[in-house]
Amino acid sequence: MIEVEHLHRRYGRKQAVVNVSFTVRRGEIVGLLGPNGAGKSTILRILAAYLPGTSGTVRVAGFDVGRDSLEVRRRIGYMPENNPLYLDLRVREYLKFRARLKGLGFRRSRLRADVVLEQCGLTDVAHQMIGTLSKGYRQRVGLADALIHEPELILLDEPTIGLDPHQIRVFRQLIRDLGREHTILLSSHILHEVEMTSTRVLILNEGRIVVSGTPDELRLRMAGGGQVVAEIQAGRAELEAALENLAPLQECVLSPLDDGYWQVQLTPRTVVDLRPAVYELAVQRQWKLRELALRRHSLEDVFVQMTRGEEEQEGWE
Amino acid sequence: MKVWWILLRRELGAYLMSLTGYVILAVVTFLLGVGFTLVVMAYNGDSVTVPLTELFYSTLFFWLILLVATPVITMRLFAQERAAGTYETLMTAPVGEVEVVMAKFTAGFLFYALMWSPLLACLGIVHHYTGGGSAFDWWPVASTGVGILLMGALYVAIGCLASALTRSQIVAAILSFAMGLTLFLLSFAQYGLETRGGWMADAAGYLSMLDHMEDFVRGVVDTRRVVFYLSLTVLFLFLTVKVVESRRWKQSA
Repeated sequence: MIEVEHLHRRYGRKQAVVNVSFTVRRGEIVGLLGPNGAGKSTILRILAAYLPGTSGTVRVAGFDVGRDSLEVRRRIGYMPENNPLYLDLRVREYLKFRARLKGLGFRRSRLRADVVLEQCGLTDVAHQMIGTLSKGYRQRVGLADALIHEPELILLDEPTIGLDPHQIRVFRQLIRDLGREHTILLSSHILHEVEMTSTRVLILNEGRIVVSGTPDELRLRMAGGGQVVAEIQAGRAELEAALENLAPLQECVLSPLDDGYWQVQLTPRTVVDLRPAVYELAVQRQWKLRELALRRHSLEDVFVQMTRGEEEQEGWE
Repeated sequence: MKVWWILLRRELGAYLMSLTGYVILAVVTFLLGVGFTLVVMAYNGDSVTVPLTELFYSTLFFWLILLVATPVITMRLFAQERAAGTYETLMTAPVGEVEVVMAKFTAGFLFYALMWSPLLACLGIVHHYTGGGSAFDWWPVASTGVGILLMGALYVAIGCLASALTRSQIVAAILSFAMGLTLFLLSFAQYGLETRGGWMADAAGYLSMLDHMEDFVRGVVDTRRVVFYLSLTVLFLFLTVKVVESRRWKQSA
């Protein structure tokens, strides 16, 4: 659906996008993740044929965004950052206008307007002025606009920014529902969001793709299998000696708890689940084991680690 | 063509649903009324041999409305959308640059024409009190209308260009006012150059909007004038299209 090869974009001297290549297949929900100013919006704008790249090729549904920009624009539903809308129109009017603009016929645009009003939970406010709507409703109007011509690809730039937690939850559900029939590329700087909605994540930093994969893959890759936390009743020296021999460890931290228990945090070097080994060890040595858990890293950890790493490299130069 | 029509309706709606639109209409109606009253009072009781339209164009009000109202009408066309960000949603819809520019120009032009409609009422009053018939000649009225529309087309096109160049409505208004005023002041250039003669004075004479209007109000629709305004209008619209397109031009590496 999307093929980006060696995309660069400069704003004056500033490199906003540096050698970005990625593909998005039909039916995927891909999250573009990165701190503010990482180049997410620029990439989306280039995909929406709003801005040209400085170099590189970008194809959407097989069409070059530069040469066949009209064909590309016919096939995408784009919701820009901050979701700009005509505030002097009523919701249904606006959606009908947008549908007509996107080439739908008169009857069809009325029909589709009613469908997306229903789909985005806007039926109650269909005849209200957009200017009088709350942020959450406006956001839904923006999404409804992106959907109205049944595009093959939906591009959403920071779709949940400025929403309250409840609205964010509703919105995420909406995006997940849409993902069943559409290809979606959304950007966010909120990791949790991308983690919840996307089937694949691209992490951007300073215009470069730092890492990509499914949320699970990324978590696994970064955490190296995951840290195991156990609470064991045993002598400290005995415990340390035994755990050292368990597997190649990156880190082993012991902290004392009540009743002679120790909290053990084990971080393996390789991708391995240490829980069975710790259990075996406890049985063998007849230690009391009252907790054993694999701590899954959130994507947040991955994200912080990846983007911090980049900054440190910059600092070294 | 279809996109043009859809956008035109939206743009006209924006004029008629905004306070700015009605403020412009109210101010212009007021100025026209004042100008008209002054003209009628000045010639009250005297017999007038020239058409009334000519008397009216020679007052300052006519030129003031043309010079000040057009930048105010056109300043929002592109600048407001750029500032609000709706320009991005507009231009990522499958619409061509030419269609967008033409729709915005047409909307501005139609609003400009609407703005002059109180003039018809003024003329209607005169028609009524002169008893109609021979005392009132409709032909100069029609040609005056043609002149107003031709000049308006050019000034609205200038305004489109100014608005497309910036995201600030104020800057757009100042820019189009400056361009419009310059064009108007060229009318007076010939008087300065006259004494020296030569091609510069001739050229300035051709550019004189005062002379052009004088022809129009006397009922003379000169093809040269029509071509002058239409070609300049097309030129400024062409430049506007290029400015709108320039966003998508490749940067030089």
